[in-house]
Amino acid sequence: MAFQTIPNVKISGITACVPKNIEKNIESIAFTNREDAEKFIKSTGIIEKRVSSSEITSADLCFHAAEDLIANLNWNKEEIDCLIFITQTPDYVVPATSCVLQHRLGLSKECHAFDISLGCSAWTYGLSIMGSLVSTGNFKKALLLVGETTTKTKSKTDRSTYPLFGDAGSATAIEFDQGGVGFKIHSGTDGSKFEAIHIPDGGFRNPTNLQSLETIKIDEGIVRNKLQYIMDGAAVFTFTISAIPKSIAKLMKENGLENENIDYLILHQANKMIVDKVSKKVKFEEDRVPTSYESFGNTSCASIPLTMVHKIRTQLSEKKLNLIACGFGSGLSWASVYFETDKIVCSNLIEI
Amino acid sequence: MESKFIELFKEVLEKEEQEMNLSDKFREYEEWDSLAFLSTIAMLDEEYEIIIDTDEFKKIETVGELLDEVKARLSK
Repeated sequence: MAFQTIPNVKISGITACVPKNIEKNIESIAFTNREDAEKFIKSTGIIEKRVSSSEITSADLCFHAAEDLIANLNWNKEEIDCLIFITQTPDYVVPATSCVLQHRLGLSKECHAFDISLGCSAWTYGLSIMGSLVSTGNFKKALLLVGETTTKTKSKTDRSTYPLFGDAGSATAIEFDQGGVGFKIHSGTDGSKFEAIHIPDGGFRNPTNLQSLETIKIDEGIVRNKLQYIMDGAAVFTFTISAIPKSIAKLMKENGLENENIDYLILHQANKMIVDKVSKKVKFEEDRVPTSYESFGNTSCASIPLTMVHKIRTQLSEKKLNLIACGFGSGLSWASVYFETDKIVCSNLIEI
Repeated sequence: MESKFIELFKEVLEKEEQEMNLSDKFREYEEWDSLAFLSTIAMLDEEYEIIIDTDEFKKIETVGELLDEVKARLSK
């Protein structure tokens, strides 16, 4: 069973950053008419999202989030021991973007830095990995950077993907905390469904070739090439409404957590249908399930920290909170985490 | 069971005012699209606590076959 208890760590601060550029779904070229767009918005709840220009990468969004977070925490950059960057839209194929970020951020050369490739489960997996590294006390101050310019991997003429997604980056400060509650985690993987969310070409299984850029009409309103993202929405939905409530329930049962003692459940912001369905199944009413999909869409791996900054920033800054977060998506991969925060640094959303 | 199921399925597809027969191939309905598919999955889970894997769902063609699948799973 994939349960973990990682003591002696805490989250000290969270910052999120989005591109300024807004795209409204009602105007999206993915829909053939206004009625279709309205129907989509009503079901998914996604009114608009942020889209980065060609000059802005996932690393840029995370860089600005990290700079703001470090400044607000009054951290000395020399003290930052570890940097993990999680994305599926890195700056380069080689090297790991975390190395580039170490230098850009002016961190010490004694910094442990690496990238991880995960989608919407990234932030909660990130807590598990970074938590384990910091829990020992070997590293005292660490940065978890999680971001995605996911719109760049989608075809604008694919209504099954493009209107759902938005770009965002985040920075989470994780510190050694002797005796702290830390993170309690349940995680899982189902690689049998990897094709439900994937990009066929451009990796080393199917390297980019002359056919990769050929535009193919898959169905009405679904036109894309093989370097662009495919999502089998029904398969993902079926998996999510079954596996995710179970994961959250297992986490709670294993750790003796009572529903009424949890202040907020922060779910990956896939869309309204999924967020509503999962929260209903685990019996969390609407006011304890903050959302950001309305204004930012599905921001992939950044959706959990973005939602925290967007909706519960004041509560995070002023109160002690008991929280559960659950990330789920491509892989298929998922992780649910229980953690506590005590008046953490959480500044306003950054826009670049 | 049958009339309740038809009523729910019509509601999901926003076809309340129209006929629905067991022999209908539901993917041929004008209202059937990816969102209707998701709403159907959600309805079956909500009303019957049944989650049909999409690969299995793809094999089901008619309203009657879907109703039979629901009945079969409920009796398990």
